[in-house]
Amino acid sequence: MSTTETMTRPVSVSPLHPARRLRRRRPWIVGTVLSLGAVATAFPFAWMIVSAVKPRRESMAYPPHVLPQHVTLEYFVQLMRQLDFGRYLVNTLAVVAISMVGLVLMAMAGYGFAKFTFRGKEPIFFLVLTTMMIPVQVTMIPTYLILNAVGLTNTLLGIAMPTLVSAFGVFMFRQFMTTIPTEVIEAARIDGAGEARIFGQIVLPMSRPILAVQVVLTFISGWNSFLWPLVIASDQNLYTLSVGIALLNQQVATNPSLQMAAAALMVVPVLVVFVVFQRHIVQGFALSGLK
Amino acid sequence: MRTRATPYVLIGPATVLLMAFGVLPILVAAGVSLTDMDAAGLGDLSKVSGAGLANYRELFGDPAFWQAMRNTGFYVVLGVPSVVVVSLTIALLLNQSQSRFFRFLRSCYFLPAITGIVAIALVWGYLYNSQFGLINYLLSLVGLGPVQWLSSPALVKVSVALVAIWRGTGLNTIILLAALQGVPREYLEAAALDGASRWRTTRSVVLPLLRFAILFVTVTTVIAWLQFFDEAFVLTKGGPLGSSTSISLFLFQQGFAGARFGYASAGSVVLFAVIAAVTLLQLRSRRADVDY
Repeated sequence: MSTTETMTRPVSVSPLHPARRLRRRRPWIVGTVLSLGAVATAFPFAWMIVSAVKPRRESMAYPPHVLPQHVTLEYFVQLMRQLDFGRYLVNTLAVVAISMVGLVLMAMAGYGFAKFTFRGKEPIFFLVLTTMMIPVQVTMIPTYLILNAVGLTNTLLGIAMPTLVSAFGVFMFRQFMTTIPTEVIEAARIDGAGEARIFGQIVLPMSRPILAVQVVLTFISGWNSFLWPLVIASDQNLYTLSVGIALLNQQVATNPSLQMAAAALMVVPVLVVFVVFQRHIVQGFALSGLK
Repeated sequence: MRTRATPYVLIGPATVLLMAFGVLPILVAAGVSLTDMDAAGLGDLSKVSGAGLANYRELFGDPAFWQAMRNTGFYVVLGVPSVVVVSLTIALLLNQSQSRFFRFLRSCYFLPAITGIVAIALVWGYLYNSQFGLINYLLSLVGLGPVQWLSSPALVKVSVALVAIWRGTGLNTIILLAALQGVPREYLEAAALDGASRWRTTRSVVLPLLRFAILFVTVTTVIAWLQFFDEAFVLTKGGPLGSSTSISLFLFQQGFAGARFGYASAGSVVLFAVIAAVTLLQLRSRRADVDY
């Protein structure tokens, strides 16, 4: 059932309404306005991809050519062969993999808050939610000092640690898991299933919708993470894609084609994930209980 | 077996991590802000000594700090209304139809929100380039420019904020759209039966029902812009001459580039106090609203 239908139906009930004609034409006007805005919004990405396959001479030409006259993939090859982007790619994937462990921890906490009663539950949950309000930039320096004190600077674990769990994630898992029928869990318990087994074989599979959302969101934020890789990784062997690209940015605009190729390397995988899983992503924000 | 420990085992790891990286840092910052901790003190705590309120005194006398404060104020005043108004407008328009085409458009608006800031900075830096950038070329076609987007101290804040507005709109559009789709159909039908125009329905029925979502979006956007960092850091490093440096960027430079951890921690505490005060103020001012 779409909103448009419900919005237009009452109009036919009162056929004398003067605004009727205008209203019927309006989706086209709205569609055109929105299309122009969408083209403007997505344009930088198109420009990035077009420029990444132009030879350097063309990407620095003035006036600019919209379409490449010669298509080349040499800059992608250069990134991989000479600039060690293969290693950065592996490190980035490692950070994403560690972040997925955080996902399990968030699911566990969500389950605990949703389906158990225990002493201190309300105050602890409240404390968890307050961390949502604390801005990253404020905690950046003390967090570095803490990681330094426990010897996690310059490790992949240290890069992933500060963002491993988010209160928002715990909250979303809790909201969803509250809807799992308690009888199912109790029945398994009576049948003698252990708590770990109940979590792994009943609760997690029943939480697939929210898990899908969280996996996609975790992938995107891990892939894009920039601040902690930048601060924590001083050894070049630990650089992630974002840090490698930031360094490329410092070689002030000498080769736009190479820079656009690097940007594309970082953006295109996320675009692919987004296109494939976009329903989950959009749902994730709708699910957050903001109605 | 179910024991009394089970729930604590479940919530333990996540809670401990959240405390360690959410609550503990504020306490550490408050403590460190009263010391002279620097690069030497980082390796050997015995080289750290108390400094009382000296860091705070220096901070409030530091012209670079006040410049960063003014810049942050500029970002908030320009960015927050732009993001809220633009995302609300797009959400209202997108909500006019549920067709596949509109869902495709929705995705286009969401794209900037999910792509990495570093890559975005490269792309915008290229678009803004004053020698061969596309934006100046397009302006020259209509007889304008050339504009020094990133090197003019007067303009750089606007250029940087523009990228952040472009990037910040998508997520809020999705949140508002989800809220719009939760507006009960009966209300819209009743309004239409009463002969209300679409504009009137939007203004008098839909927007009041969206109050909570709009408040949420506004509060989170204000917090995000008070700690404005990414775009300025990657596009300009805060330059030229500090004219695009925000408070967060100032803290980053003092802390990591300057290794003045005590001084930067004092700044963190001040930023935290500002954000907490502004957030409470907003929540309180809205609570006085009439309930529907």
